[in-house]
Amino acid sequence: MSEMTKYTVSASPHVRSAETTTGIMLDVIIALVPAGIASIFVFGLRALAVIAVSVIVAVLAEYLSRKAMKREQTIGDLSAVVTGLLLAYNLPSNIPLWMAGLGSIIAIVVVKQMFGGIGQNFVNPALAGRIILMSSFPGKMSAASFPAPTMGTMSSMTGATPMGLVNLSNGVAEEAPSLMEMFLGTTSGCLGEVSALALMLGGIYLIIRKVISPIIPCVYIGAVAVFMVIAFKFDMYAVAYEILGGGLMIGAIFMATDYTTSPITRNGKIVYAIGCALITCLIRLFGSLPEGVSFSIIIMNILVPHIENMTYPKPFGFIKEKKEKEEAKS
Amino acid sequence: MASEKIEGALKPVANGHGGVHVSHHKNTSALEIVRMPIPDRVILPMQQHIGAPCEPTVKVGDEVKVGQVIGDTDKFVSAPIHATVSGKVTAVGPVKLANGNMVPAVTIESDGQMTLDENIKAPVINSRDDFLKAVRASGLVGLGGAGFPTHVKLAFKEDSGVDTLIINAAECEPFITVDHRECVDNSWDVLSGVYTIKEILGFKHVYIAIEDNKSDAFKVLQKVAADNADWDDSVKLVVLKSQYPQGAEKVLIQSVTGRCVPPGKLPSDVGCVVMNVASVSFLGRYLKTGKPLVSRSLTVDGSAIAEPKNIRVPIGTEISKIIDFCGGFKSEPYKVISGGPMMGMAIADINVPLLKNNNAVLAFAKETVKVKTERACIRCGRCVDACPMNLVPTKIETRAHLKDAEALQKASAMTCMECGSCAYACPSGRPLVQYMRLAKSVIREAGAK
Repeated sequence: MSEMTKYTVSASPHVRSAETTTGIMLDVIIALVPAGIASIFVFGLRALAVIAVSVIVAVLAEYLSRKAMKREQTIGDLSAVVTGLLLAYNLPSNIPLWMAGLGSIIAIVVVKQMFGGIGQNFVNPALAGRIILMSSFPGKMSAASFPAPTMGTMSSMTGATPMGLVNLSNGVAEEAPSLMEMFLGTTSGCLGEVSALALMLGGIYLIIRKVISPIIPCVYIGAVAVFMVIAFKFDMYAVAYEILGGGLMIGAIFMATDYTTSPITRNGKIVYAIGCALITCLIRLFGSLPEGVSFSIIIMNILVPHIENMTYPKPFGFIKEKKEKEEAKS
Repeated sequence: MASEKIEGALKPVANGHGGVHVSHHKNTSALEIVRMPIPDRVILPMQQHIGAPCEPTVKVGDEVKVGQVIGDTDKFVSAPIHATVSGKVTAVGPVKLANGNMVPAVTIESDGQMTLDENIKAPVINSRDDFLKAVRASGLVGLGGAGFPTHVKLAFKEDSGVDTLIINAAECEPFITVDHRECVDNSWDVLSGVYTIKEILGFKHVYIAIEDNKSDAFKVLQKVAADNADWDDSVKLVVLKSQYPQGAEKVLIQSVTGRCVPPGKLPSDVGCVVMNVASVSFLGRYLKTGKPLVSRSLTVDGSAIAEPKNIRVPIGTEISKIIDFCGGFKSEPYKVISGGPMMGMAIADINVPLLKNNNAVLAFAKETVKVKTERACIRCGRCVDACPMNLVPTKIETRAHLKDAEALQKASAMTCMECGSCAYACPSGRPLVQYMRLAKSVIREAGAK
């Protein structure tokens, strides 16, 4: 044993899957591209400007805050790009650009980095950014001031999002856009939320790539449908409106599925998605706001640790102690 | 190898949770097991199994023959050690093992003759007790990697409800193909071992479980069984899905019988005994010849090995000599692994002896052993989806950092079998198996207080 050759020693396993955090974030960005293209198509180049500002400021804010905190640089994981994109998709195209930037700074610095960076924020940063902008600048962020689509629409509607045109007593208002317009996204609303088609394409991509599990989007949208069917007493036209309109698609596919702020357990995901759907419906039907997706997701975000504790899975082969006692008796 | 439908084989009765798809890399599956020339010396540590270490029964200068007992103990959970070459004992004293432990060992300088001990004869078996004594005398321990003394595993009480024997030939670890080769090259030994054990210990159900990427092994076993009139069709073949960790004891029992071994319990608690196919094959030979466990087969492979092979070597051969026989390193090795890439142990020094339970030596160049940069957990849940024991590895990690023994126990950290599926799947490159071990030691320490 004269010559001692030394090799690298580390804990097993010695092979790893090819998946990386950066790769996952890149997939999310790819999935968000169709909705971005749809928004530029509907609202013009102004939409592109909002997206660009949000993303650039988000990445810059992440870079500077990591630097200021003397922490390892994390802009390479692309999560700041995702946050910037999601925030932009939740803003109207006529928002002053500095407000979009401010939203990005709030999302990244306050909500994400101050709580420890990626994986540590307790609410969805983009949603928190949007809600803070909504309460700070109600004039610019309220649905009444949303721009009408610049092209592709036939119903020459201005102002209010389609969600303001549906209510329990009257169903869908006459001046509301058609379901096909809602599906394609040629209506008024925030950048990324208008085109259900583009968002669904992105969602299908994420599910095929196994980036997200289908549980949250399917249960969320499904539960909204069920609640709305009951609320509108089988007025399926109104139900279709509720599903295609507002932020439900982007919320269910891209915001509620955020890893950090949704339950890690399978049953937890179901509970969480039903909770999101219930709060969304309550706000939409009985609240003073026309739209409730953002608030519902934020509220459920906060409940995630409790949901996880309640739904902690039983280990392989687990037998309830009660049963054992019963067996012992018999 | 492409999977195909196999006539007459059973399908798994249950599909467990979790698991990961790992590239198989079964590069050596077509290579017959070859014998390595007799090494100049062998180093035989007195602890090559789980349980009590043996005491050396020889001293420096003694002449020994192949199969002669050189270490034994009167403790029950243990297995004797036999000389694996003939020659002269040149040293008795502590040596370093692959895991870094110093263990007393007997070093034998080979005389190149491989003279067999003349006392060796086939064991006479008239009863269950005779059989268990013979198994202990053979020195057999689980050859699949665990190294648990086989006679202890088989010493269940007759009325304990153990009715099922599962032969584990799943071989779900990438690269390793010795069990596959054992089925193909020594199919008669495998089957004679299986039928003998079944008859003596009175198992009602016997299954040989193989993953579906080894269809030739199935066909050979089926043909050999069909050609022998003494063997009825009571031994069933089960085709398992090729998915890691299919060969893990609890996962295997669930796939084959649908029974679940509860946390902290043994397979015998659900009426099952699982044996590795190489162990069974050895028993088949041993009951005929009486030659104890002195050699074993292993796969030598990996991107840094010049000539990957399946070889049969005397136990105690130094790993460096084994690598030399396989053409040495063709590129600078970065990691050398004893066992498979998922659960094997990275070794710092290759001048250590091969033990009874080593089923592979793998060596990798740096670029082929992916080391992801460790990043923050993003709570993606891939570890939760991958865990075959239905645990939440990332939560156990957090609790391990907090050294919260109570919370760790509640999270069933002890149920973890360290299969590595969670760490494999983690996109943030977190060393989760290491944290699982930390969690277990936190629980053990708290219990010790």
